[in-house]
Amino acid sequence: MTELERTGDRAPIPAGWEYASAPESRDVVTLRKQYGLFVGGEWLEPKESYTTIDPASEEPLAEVGQATEKEVQLAVDAAREAFDNGWLALPGSERAKYLFRIARILQERAREFAVLESLNGGKPIKESRDVDLPLAAAHFFYYAGWADKLEYAFPNRKPRPLGVAGQIIPWNFPLLMLAWKIAPALAAGNTVVLKPAETTPLSALHFCDILRQAELPAGVVNIVTGDGSTGAALVESKVDKVAFTGSTDVGKAIQRRLAGTGKKLTLELGGKAANVIFDDAALDQAVEGIVNGIYFNQGHVCCAGSRLLVQESVYEDVIDKLKRRLTTLRVGDPLDKNTDVGAINSRQQLEKIQELVKSGEEEGAEIYQPPCRLPEKGYWFVPTVFTNVAQSYRIAQEEIFGPVLSVLTFRTPDEAVEKANNTPYGLSAGVWTEKGSRILSMAQRLRAGVIWANTYNRFDPASPFGGYKESGFGREGGRHGLEPYMRFE
Amino acid sequence: MSRLPVRKTYKLFIGGEFPRSESGRTYEAEGQNVARASRKDLRDAVRAARGAFGKWAGMTAYNRGQVLYRGAEFAEFCSGPKEVERSIDRVVWYAGWADKLAQVLGSSNPVAGPYFNFTVPEPTGVVGILAPPEPALAGLVSRVAPAIVGGNAVVVVASELHPLAAVELAEVLATADVPGGVVNILTGRRDELAPVLASHMDVNALDVSGADGQVPELEELAAENVKRVVHGAPDDQSPWEIAGFLELKTVWHPIGV
Repeated sequence: MTELERTGDRAPIPAGWEYASAPESRDVVTLRKQYGLFVGGEWLEPKESYTTIDPASEEPLAEVGQATEKEVQLAVDAAREAFDNGWLALPGSERAKYLFRIARILQERAREFAVLESLNGGKPIKESRDVDLPLAAAHFFYYAGWADKLEYAFPNRKPRPLGVAGQIIPWNFPLLMLAWKIAPALAAGNTVVLKPAETTPLSALHFCDILRQAELPAGVVNIVTGDGSTGAALVESKVDKVAFTGSTDVGKAIQRRLAGTGKKLTLELGGKAANVIFDDAALDQAVEGIVNGIYFNQGHVCCAGSRLLVQESVYEDVIDKLKRRLTTLRVGDPLDKNTDVGAINSRQQLEKIQELVKSGEEEGAEIYQPPCRLPEKGYWFVPTVFTNVAQSYRIAQEEIFGPVLSVLTFRTPDEAVEKANNTPYGLSAGVWTEKGSRILSMAQRLRAGVIWANTYNRFDPASPFGGYKESGFGREGGRHGLEPYMRFE
Repeated sequence: MSRLPVRKTYKLFIGGEFPRSESGRTYEAEGQNVARASRKDLRDAVRAARGAFGKWAGMTAYNRGQVLYRGAEFAEFCSGPKEVERSIDRVVWYAGWADKLAQVLGSSNPVAGPYFNFTVPEPTGVVGILAPPEPALAGLVSRVAPAIVGGNAVVVVASELHPLAAVELAEVLATADVPGGVVNILTGRRDELAPVLASHMDVNALDVSGADGQVPELEELAAENVKRVVHGAPDDQSPWEIAGFLELKTVWHPIGV
C-alpha cells in the first residue's frame, strides 16, 4: 500500500475500478455425486475415493476414484484389448472421423466444459471460455486430419502406432492438456490410459460423456483418477509409452523409473522463462505481454514469463506502467466474467507460493502487491512483483508456479542472453522489440523450445511445444507432436 | 636387416590436444599401452566440449558440412580396409546433411493468428557417447558424425577393447579443421568412465549405443538433469540418427505493418 502511494506521486493510479458482478451460471453443468473410473467404456466402481473441491470456495464438488494399482492394470488391459481388437486395424480415415466428432462435440458443449473447468480448477471463466476450450477443440480438429496422412508426415519411415500410451497430465489446463495428450495419440493409432491431476479430475471424467456421444470404441480412451500413486502405477504398468506433463522433480523420477525398460517417454516439465524487454519495444504492448505472461492462469503455467528482464534505460518506465496495470487486475470469483485472476488451484500450491515469496523478501528483494480485496474462503494470492532481484535468489531460480514476477535488468543484448539462459530450464522465452532482426537474433541465442516475439503464452495446435534442458524432451503440437506416439519399421 | 618400426604413444584427445591421462595410468589393449582416462580427464573433456559448443553451433551449416568433408579428405590416405572406406563414406554422407537438416526436420506452422511461426532444429549441446565396442572405427564414426554434424560437441568414451582406431580418428580430426574441443576422445575403462559421463550435470544427451549391459544404470543416472538418452544404430546411417541429438525450437514472429 505504501508503495502504491509513493509511486502515486509520479504516476496517476486509476482509483478503484468497480465492476458489477457478472457471474456465469453454474446450471449449465450437471455434476454427479460420484464418479467411477472410466475403463473399457464403462464406469468401474472404485475401491477407494476422495473428494474433489472448488478451490475458490473450498466446497466439495464430487467424489472421485482413487485408482489402485490393480484398477490401473484393468484400464491398461482394456486399452490393450481395444488396440489389438479393432483400433489397430481401423483405417486412419475412420480414426480421423472419430477425432473430428470429438472436436465438434467439444465445440458444441464448450460453455458447459468451460464452467466446469473454472469450477474445479479456479481459473477465470474468461480464460476457460476463450482459451482452454477453443484450443482443446482445435487440437482434436488438427490431429484428426493427420490420422490418415501419417505416411506423409514420416516419408520413407513406415510409421506404426506404439500400442498403449499412459498419459499423466497436470492441473493447470486440465482439459487442454487432455486434448494435447489424447488427440495425437489417437491420431497415431494408439489407445490411451489417461490420469488427470489429483485436484482437477472433473473435466476429464465429464469428457467421457463426449466419448460416448462420439461412439468411440470402448477401451480406446480410459480415464483413471487419483493421486501420485495412481500415476506411479500407470508408469510401472504394461504401457508402451509414458507421456508426462508436470513438475521437473516428478519427471526425473519417472525417467529414473523407466530406465532400462525400453518404454518410450516424453516429458514436458517446469520452466523459469525470461521475458526480455528491449528499450525499443512498444512499452504499453510489452506491459500487457508481461501481465499475460505471468498472471495468465494465476501464473500456473509451465512456460510463464516469470523472470522479467528489462533493459535499464526503460526500467523505471516499465515498472511504473506495470504497477499501474496491476492495480486494474480483478482478482476473485473464477465464474465472474470480469475476473482476470482466479483462485490458486490448491492449498498445497498456495503454501508453496507463500513460502517462495517469503524467501524473496528475506533474501532482500523488494515486493510490490496492488491493493486487493480477496474472498474470505478459497485459495488466493495477490499478483506480486519483486524488484531488486539478484540472479541467485530462489525467486529468480525456482519455478514458483504462481502469480509472482521477478524483475531483473540488463544493458546489452549479450547480457540479456546470458541472464536469460542462466537456468537449468529451457521451455520458453519472450522477446519484445520493434526490430525484426533483433527478434531473430535473440530467438537464435535463447536456449528454449518456444520463443514468443512481441507476444506471450500463445498456443496453437499446429505449433510444436516443448523444452530444452531440464524442461523435458519431446514435442507436442504440429507434425512433430506425432512422433512420440509412433515407432518406425 | 629389417627396419624396426616406430611405435606410437596412444594418448587422450581433449580440447584439440593430446594429453596423457592426468592420473598417469595406462592399460594394455590391442598390444599397446593406451591412456586410461580418469574421472578428472572426463570432466576436463566436458569442459572443453562446452567451451567449443557455442562456436561450432554458431558456424554456418555449409561451413560445418565442409569441415566434416575435410575430415573425410584427410582420412582418405588410410583407405584400403573395407571398414575404413565405409567410415570415410559415412562421414561424407553426413557432411552433406549439415545444410539440409533444417529443411527436412523443420517446418513452418500455419497458426491461427498474425504470426510467422516456424520450427528449426538446433543442437542439444554437449553429447556424451559410449562408442560401440565393435566395429571399432565404423561404430565410432557412426555415432560421432551424426552428433557433430548438427552442431553438438561430443565427449566419447572409446571402445575399451579396441581403442586404437579412436586415437587414430582423433589424429585425423586434429589435422582437419574440426575446432578443438568439438570432439573429445577418452580411452580407458568403460565401467569407470560411463557412470561419470551419464551423471555429469553439464552433459545434455547420452548416447548409450555402445553401453552393453550397463544401460539401465546409466539411464537412471542420466535422469538427474533430464538428459536425452539415445539408443542409436552402431553401424548405420540415417538422418534420424542426427535428429536424436537435436532440439526443436519454435519461434512466433509477429506479422504487422
